Amino acid sequence: MPNLQPNQTPVAEQSGEVRRHNFDEVSLGYTLDEAINEAQRCLNCKDPRCVKACPVNVKIPQFIEKLAQGDLSGAYEVITETNALPAVCGRVCPQENQCEGSCVRAIKGESVAIGRLERFVADHAPKTVSQAAPISSGKRVAIVGSGPAGLACAGDLNRAGIDVTVFEAFHTAGGVLVYGIPEFRLPKAIVQKEVKALQARGVKFEFDAVIGRAESVDELLCDFDAVFLGTGAGLPQFMNIPGESLIGVLSANEYLTRCNLMKAYRDDYDTPIIRAKHVAVIGGGNVAMDAARSALRLGALSVTIVYRRSAEELPARKEEVKHAKEEGVGFSFLTAPLEILGDDTGSVRALSCRKMTLGEPDASGRRRPVPLPDSEFTIDADCVIVAIGTTPNPLISSTTDGLDADQRGRLIVAEHSTATTKKGVFAGGDAVTGAATVILAMGAGKQGARDILDYLND
Amino acid sequence: MFEITYAEALNESVFRFRIRAPRVAKKVLPGQFLILRVDERGERVPFTVSDYDRKSGEVEIIFQTVGATTMKLSEKRAGDVLCDVVGPLGNATEYGNAERICVIGGGLGCAIALPQAKALHRAGKQVDIIAGFRCRDLIILEKEMRENCRDLLIYTDDGSNGNKGLVTDGLRALAAEKHYDLVIAIGPVIMMKFVCLLTKELELPTIVSLNPIMIDGTGMCGGCRVTVGGVTRFACVDGPDFDGHQVDFDELLRRNRTYTEFEKERTAAHQCRIGLE
Repeated sequence: MPNLQPNQTPVAEQSGEVRRHNFDEVSLGYTLDEAINEAQRCLNCKDPRCVKACPVNVKIPQFIEKLAQGDLSGAYEVITETNALPAVCGRVCPQENQCEGSCVRAIKGESVAIGRLERFVADHAPKTVSQAAPISSGKRVAIVGSGPAGLACAGDLNRAGIDVTVFEAFHTAGGVLVYGIPEFRLPKAIVQKEVKALQARGVKFEFDAVIGRAESVDELLCDFDAVFLGTGAGLPQFMNIPGESLIGVLSANEYLTRCNLMKAYRDDYDTPIIRAKHVAVIGGGNVAMDAARSALRLGALSVTIVYRRSAEELPARKEEVKHAKEEGVGFSFLTAPLEILGDDTGSVRALSCRKMTLGEPDASGRRRPVPLPDSEFTIDADCVIVAIGTTPNPLISSTTDGLDADQRGRLIVAEHSTATTKKGVFAGGDAVTGAATVILAMGAGKQGARDILDYLND
Repeated sequence: MFEITYAEALNESVFRFRIRAPRVAKKVLPGQFLILRVDERGERVPFTVSDYDRKSGEVEIIFQTVGATTMKLSEKRAGDVLCDVVGPLGNATEYGNAERICVIGGGLGCAIALPQAKALHRAGKQVDIIAGFRCRDLIILEKEMRENCRDLLIYTDDGSNGNKGLVTDGLRALAAEKHYDLVIAIGPVIMMKFVCLLTKELELPTIVSLNPIMIDGTGMCGGCRVTVGGVTRFACVDGPDFDGHQVDFDELLRRNRTYTEFEKERTAAHQCRIGLE
């Protein structure tokens, strides 16, 4: 008999007042008893809609059933059949749009807390020590970028006996998981553990290697049988409004990279970062939430998210919006920036905006924001962080003959495949889709591994 | 880890290091730069590559102690290692069809101007160099510059080398006698600004090499954005060289001050620690 409790088993969290002053993880995760209690809420549907809604089709009812029986190892095995990074996905997937969004329990009450259960299993299942996988194929594959797509691709190819080398431009592996997502949402030790496990299994990592500037893709093809490009979408967009070059205006990428990758929030690191008093963050996605919440933790007295649509259209995960509000982040909805205003030293002093209203739905299906006449106002700020999205970096597409990208810089791949327009070169993740989610990138990395194995066997 | 194979003080605040970094040395061309981290907790700092040896896999940087990181770097010796060296980054300088070139260096900028002059001189072009320093004691690379050009003019702000003046004085003098196809100006932003004002007046095409604040050097942070011809460009991937007549130097001067306060504190803290150790 399943647990008919209508709501999710609550999870312990640091309170908003406490955590807005530290970078420790917000959610403390379930205890074993809580996890089993929550697992028992799953109805084990015959036709599980959650599995279909998962981009990598994790066998959710099966892992939850094992967990409900207290079999953590079994649960972990079920998840990792299809998900290479469960400790990461349990924390950062937009579950409300995927598995949890389609859970039948949500019809009357709340969905099963699938994300929290996935995280619990990944964090607590006893894991066998990874051992070097035998390189049986005699084939070598180069992976460019060590974000979720690259790591997932590396893991699957390694398991298939391929000699894999991952090239990373930064000094640490993880891509957006280490430079973009803050410590309080995804502790870096978790990413490090995944990378160490891959290294123990024989995957090689070359750091400080900017492919496209140092080795070209063509040079890699001389040394390797195939190349997978998981280079992400790292090029920040600006708004092209007056004042964007003032001191104190920066991309969320810069702000978060300084803070997360370069550990500017810690006194024992040399990285400089702006410690502003009043911060305006432009955008409504996870990156905007991350930047706003980081700014609070770096000592800002007020932080305002400036978003041109309404609360309902916010693209960020629900939980991140809730957490941001609890921590004291303010929201100025239906607000579009017009100009960033500076003082006589060239530093930001305010953001000039106007109010919007929602009109007819646009191509994305969301109602289009339309300016309200005579609604101009200003928000005082000594720092403006631009988080309106990123596009793929053109460094590789522009230096590789025969590798085609579309007008927005996204690498072009064949339908239902990761094969690019260049023979032997495959691509997946944000580099192909534009900025999307960790799990979609991971799924593309796994598909890349399958496509590469087919290509090598041909 | 990247080994420092050679370390030399050119004067009390300018240092020349050779570093074993085969990935950079294999491909780097004049005008490109690298980013290094001194240690695990260090920041990422860009340096233009002043020389390289493809066979030995070494690259050379010349730097001045201006903040905490460059001070920490200057304390390293041959045999010590650096945590990270990444590159080559940015685009190589494009000289077009220029045959007669005036290379202008200001202070430490001479270290970046020299490889340009060397490459052009070796390619058989007619190269003159104008170098400016604050005073005689700060003059660097005089011998190397002389070996790589026809005429070398060295000016000091205070006249302590017997030739008081600014690089723009030298350019005005040389341009009165000779025709140049191209001017390359590398040095403090304020110097590049005034050289460009003059070359605009003289109608001489001018390339400047910019070194703004940056983290990754691959186009990811946008910290290095500069306005060129009214358009925002990223110095790390679109530059570091730009048409000097199009650059908004005043904005660049402002943006380079972003972390001045932070840097002051760090530098003071570093000096305190040196005293205590």
